[in-house]
Amino acid sequence: MTGFMHLVRRDIRLAMRQGSGTYWTLMFFLLTITLFPLGVGPEQAILGRIATGVVWVAALLAAMLSLDRLFQADYEDGSLELLALAPVPMEIIVLAKCTAHWITTGLPLAIASPIMGMMLNMDPAGFLILAGGMLLGTPVLSLIGAIGASLTVGVRRGGVLLSLLVLPLYVPTLIFGVIAVDEGVNGLGAQPHLLLLTAMLLGAIALAPWASAAALRLNME
Amino acid sequence: MGASVNLTGKDLTCVRGGRLVFQSLSFQVAAGSVLVLRGPNGSGKSSLLRLVAGFQPPAEGAFLWDDRPVAEDRDGHRARITYAGHLDAVKPALSVTESLQFWARLGSKGDPPVADALDRWGLGAIADLPGAYLSAGQRKRLNLARLSLSTSRLWLLDEPTVSLDDSAVDTLMGVISDHQADGGSAIIATHTDLALKATDTLSLEPYTVSQMEPPS
Repeated sequence: MTGFMHLVRRDIRLAMRQGSGTYWTLMFFLLTITLFPLGVGPEQAILGRIATGVVWVAALLAAMLSLDRLFQADYEDGSLELLALAPVPMEIIVLAKCTAHWITTGLPLAIASPIMGMMLNMDPAGFLILAGGMLLGTPVLSLIGAIGASLTVGVRRGGVLLSLLVLPLYVPTLIFGVIAVDEGVNGLGAQPHLLLLTAMLLGAIALAPWASAAALRLNME
Repeated sequence: MGASVNLTGKDLTCVRGGRLVFQSLSFQVAAGSVLVLRGPNGSGKSSLLRLVAGFQPPAEGAFLWDDRPVAEDRDGHRARITYAGHLDAVKPALSVTESLQFWARLGSKGDPPVADALDRWGLGAIADLPGAYLSAGQRKRLNLARLSLSTSRLWLLDEPTVSLDDSAVDTLMGVISDHQADGGSAIIATHTDLALKATDTLSLEPYTVSQMEPPS
């Protein structure tokens, strides 16, 4: 457990120092969302209707941006080999790296999402559900992303390949995240969809570290 | 040597990238001794170290630790070894102290004496410098400084003297001798002569496959 905390702390520290990755992710999130009123037109009714989907899609893309460096930096400088030999199981190491990734990208995105919704004239009744769905959904993005990142860790400029692998797997999270807000605003209740997101999160915590650790071991051979 | 045998490699065959690197290689490392791997470039010194570290299973053969197969107790084996390869695992954004502290804390409980280790390796004066500004030799020293804090029985060192100056090589020899005095052992791949006691030399050349094939 202490090894887990040391690694989380180191990764957050690295993310904060190296060109403040969190800030860039948030700026990307903001810029992508501002493009939509420019592209779709300023009509408030249309923007309000697409707002949830736009915020979620932008969050998926923003979370994915930093994924390719999740393991690659450690792989290239030899840290990953030393981590693999540490007396901490590889699965815990993956989980620690995902936690740090979520704290530096997913969590800020979730917190900023109601503000982005506001920019797009989203129904204020949906703000809390959007943020709640994001809080449950963004860790899933980090965990599923870790599988793709560990599979492509040895590929130079594997970013595009990583997106191709990971984006289809993000679809369920996107669907339930968006439906939760829609149903919540329409009075049908967001709870079932948020519960499904929770189930996905628990499933991802249980399965993704194993898949990712196995892929990393293969890549270190 | 007379001491008990720690690690035994039996009839090892290594295949990397579909190419046979060496075969039918056997060796022993006794407690308190050092096994020096020698051989030309590409003869499989690094590959052998990676096999011992467990990054890759041997295509054939097995490792035994105190006569028990290593494959049965992977976690225990990992805790027994400290590996220092060609890559120095130095993060540009972490200071020298932070870097060593992280690796030391990950490997052991409590608060390891990081400052002492840095002083021993001549890194005390640059303890607060970020990794990005270190020279190749300083990065190597920082990587090897982990050895001073290591409690593992077996050290795997892949060309540890590369880019080190004379005083750092002396430090390294001192650290390895202390380790030997504590009953620890090491496998070192190197091209230089090491001033160490109780060393065995294993030349990989006879086991490499190009030597075994009849000339065409």
